[in-house]
Amino acid sequence: MRSRKGIRKSKWLVNTVLAIICLVWTIPTLGLLVSSFRPAADILATGWWNILPHRDWQTTEQLQLPKDTDLRAPIIVNGVTYTDDQLRAGVEQGGERLIWENRRARLLNVQEKEWTVISNFTTQNYETVLGGKTYEIKMPDGSTKTEKGSGMSRSFWNTVAVTVPATVIPIFIASFAAYAFAWLRFPGRKTLFVIVIALLVVPLQVALIPILRDYTALGLNGTYFGIWLAHTAFGLPLITYFMYTSISQLPKDLFESAFMDGATNFTIFSKLILPLSVPALASISIFQFLWVWNDYLVSLIFLGSQPEVQVLSMNIANLVGSRGNDWHLLTAAAFVSMLMPLAVFFALQKYFVRGLLGGSVKG
Amino acid sequence: MELQARKGNALRLLLISVLVPALNIAIHWCIFLFFRDSDLPSVLKAVLAVAWGAFGIYSIYYTLNWVVEQYPDQWKRRILPFVFVGPAVVLLGWLLVFPTLRTLYLSFFDASSVNFVGFANYLAVFTDRLLVMALRNNLLWVFFGTLACVSLGLLIAILADRSSFEKLAKGLIFMPMAISFVAAGVIWKFIYYYQPGQEQIGLLNAIVVKFGGEPQAWLSMIQPWNNLFLIAILIWMQTGFAMVIFSAAIKSIPEDMLEAARMDGAGEVRIFFKIMIPYIAGTLLSVTTTIIVFTLKIFDVVMIMTGGQYETDVVATQFYRQLFMYQNAGYGSTLAIVLLIAVIPVIVINLRQFRREGGF
Repeated sequence: MRSRKGIRKSKWLVNTVLAIICLVWTIPTLGLLVSSFRPAADILATGWWNILPHRDWQTTEQLQLPKDTDLRAPIIVNGVTYTDDQLRAGVEQGGERLIWENRRARLLNVQEKEWTVISNFTTQNYETVLGGKTYEIKMPDGSTKTEKGSGMSRSFWNTVAVTVPATVIPIFIASFAAYAFAWLRFPGRKTLFVIVIALLVVPLQVALIPILRDYTALGLNGTYFGIWLAHTAFGLPLITYFMYTSISQLPKDLFESAFMDGATNFTIFSKLILPLSVPALASISIFQFLWVWNDYLVSLIFLGSQPEVQVLSMNIANLVGSRGNDWHLLTAAAFVSMLMPLAVFFALQKYFVRGLLGGSVKG
Repeated sequence: MELQARKGNALRLLLISVLVPALNIAIHWCIFLFFRDSDLPSVLKAVLAVAWGAFGIYSIYYTLNWVVEQYPDQWKRRILPFVFVGPAVVLLGWLLVFPTLRTLYLSFFDASSVNFVGFANYLAVFTDRLLVMALRNNLLWVFFGTLACVSLGLLIAILADRSSFEKLAKGLIFMPMAISFVAAGVIWKFIYYYQPGQEQIGLLNAIVVKFGGEPQAWLSMIQPWNNLFLIAILIWMQTGFAMVIFSAAIKSIPEDMLEAARMDGAGEVRIFFKIMIPYIAGTLLSVTTTIIVFTLKIFDVVMIMTGGQYETDVVATQFYRQLFMYQNAGYGSTLAIVLLIAVIPVIVINLRQFRREGGF
């Protein structure tokens, strides 16, 4: 047996290693969050970690050189000779740094390393991203009209309109089906359920081309209804399987006594099964909700990027493509899209994990 | 007299059995047209769409059930199950099973789906430079991504189990699972960001400079190793998944079993390999297959980070590119079928396991 001291020592080691891993895992998100609150110019000038205390050059005094100093000749400051290029880039001399403040006025900064923090924060990025930029539109008659772009608030609501029904509908359909698979007897039951299990891991790419052709024929492309159906079908196998494992474990006597009382299957399902399955429903709802909210591929193919229907992930993907270096916009936009999933995640972590454990039975 | 009554009843049943489903379809199609063509403000539209989605689906089941209730008892029992599974079967058939067969069919045709070309597309998958590269990259993803997720997940699960801040640590590691690949793409693009010749604001380049190195454009340099920088994002996001499941599995190992092994003088490493690993072997297998399947289909990360440039294409992005940029439905379908073939072993494992657990 190991000594108590050895255990304490190893616990210390475990804690340290784990803390380092956690730090590495958190830093990427932290960088995004911090940057989204920094002014555009600052983001491009200095790394976001400069908001932490760090040592940087600070001007302690300024030197006024004679106005007629020849910049092409060597420049002598305090008995040391420098070139103009050196002073432009900044040159270190005995712990101090010399750099031009104003080259034309021959004004030099003398700088020393000091502890500083950058604490220049703004909410401007979020305002721009949510409200959209203001556009000036030239009207045919020569006058100008200013119009506000709808920005992300519109795609936020589009995402809500896509996600909530695309979560409720498949869960409803799957629960009915799971009830039938678990407690009703009908021909073809076994075959159908085996197909459901086989479909669990089928990559949805195999379905995209034919569905796209059907949707084009039916006019469903770029509509909420079309994407609800697509998400419903893609989510159904997992949700049906998940609900089946939950519903089939309910005690049999429950049904028998309910039937004795003359209840129909429909009332048993809506008055008895659904309330009893609330934890399972919560778990799988969170799963499907996050999946649809975070989806990019399905909305890219069936919704497209018209502003009337564009969802958040499309919006950000377009931003990345068109304004890839505008980090003040990208970081704020990404964080807006993360708000809902993070809120759901932190509020309902318990159910989320439970759903994960149930769902992991599948391969 | 009685015969007439029964005849009338049968007629009534037939009428409602046809009318109610037809009315359902008609009403919802009208609502759909209203939504498609209306010009409501986005918030109002969202609220109405949510209401329609939720109540619509309930009303469909409710009315269909009402129809079945009108039937005589022995019929009721036979029809009702089909009303319950019907919508699921119809949707799965229309949007998954049937399309899969159609994609298989299309994979034997040329770009415009007109001329039969036999196995030419499949041959191209293993000879065309672009397609072969996509396959190679997907293998890199599956191998490195899965290996790292599983081993890191297991390591963190074990560490967390013995640490003093288990809940917090698990929450932090797990958090990236909740966000989208698109948002994660932005996060990591910022980390890999490269500004030529200036102050480096990307974290990775800043670290490299700090240690006296030269900043790099990580996503376009030394192919194919730039793929690893993309795979890092997957690892960041999916390790939490592996960890949570391993953590639950580890906690289910009986404490006295571990205690007995310690009494016998087994070291922690020995306990890990001789007790823990065999005990959680089933979980290990299912987590590994889940991540493999997930990684095979990887699309969003590559699309956001590089768009498949700099030799980072994977099968799913190449599929998209063939379909929408080169208008080649033949190659596109074939790539999709290749993905399907890759997951067939997992399908078999799933079905076997289901049978073993005494499914029905």
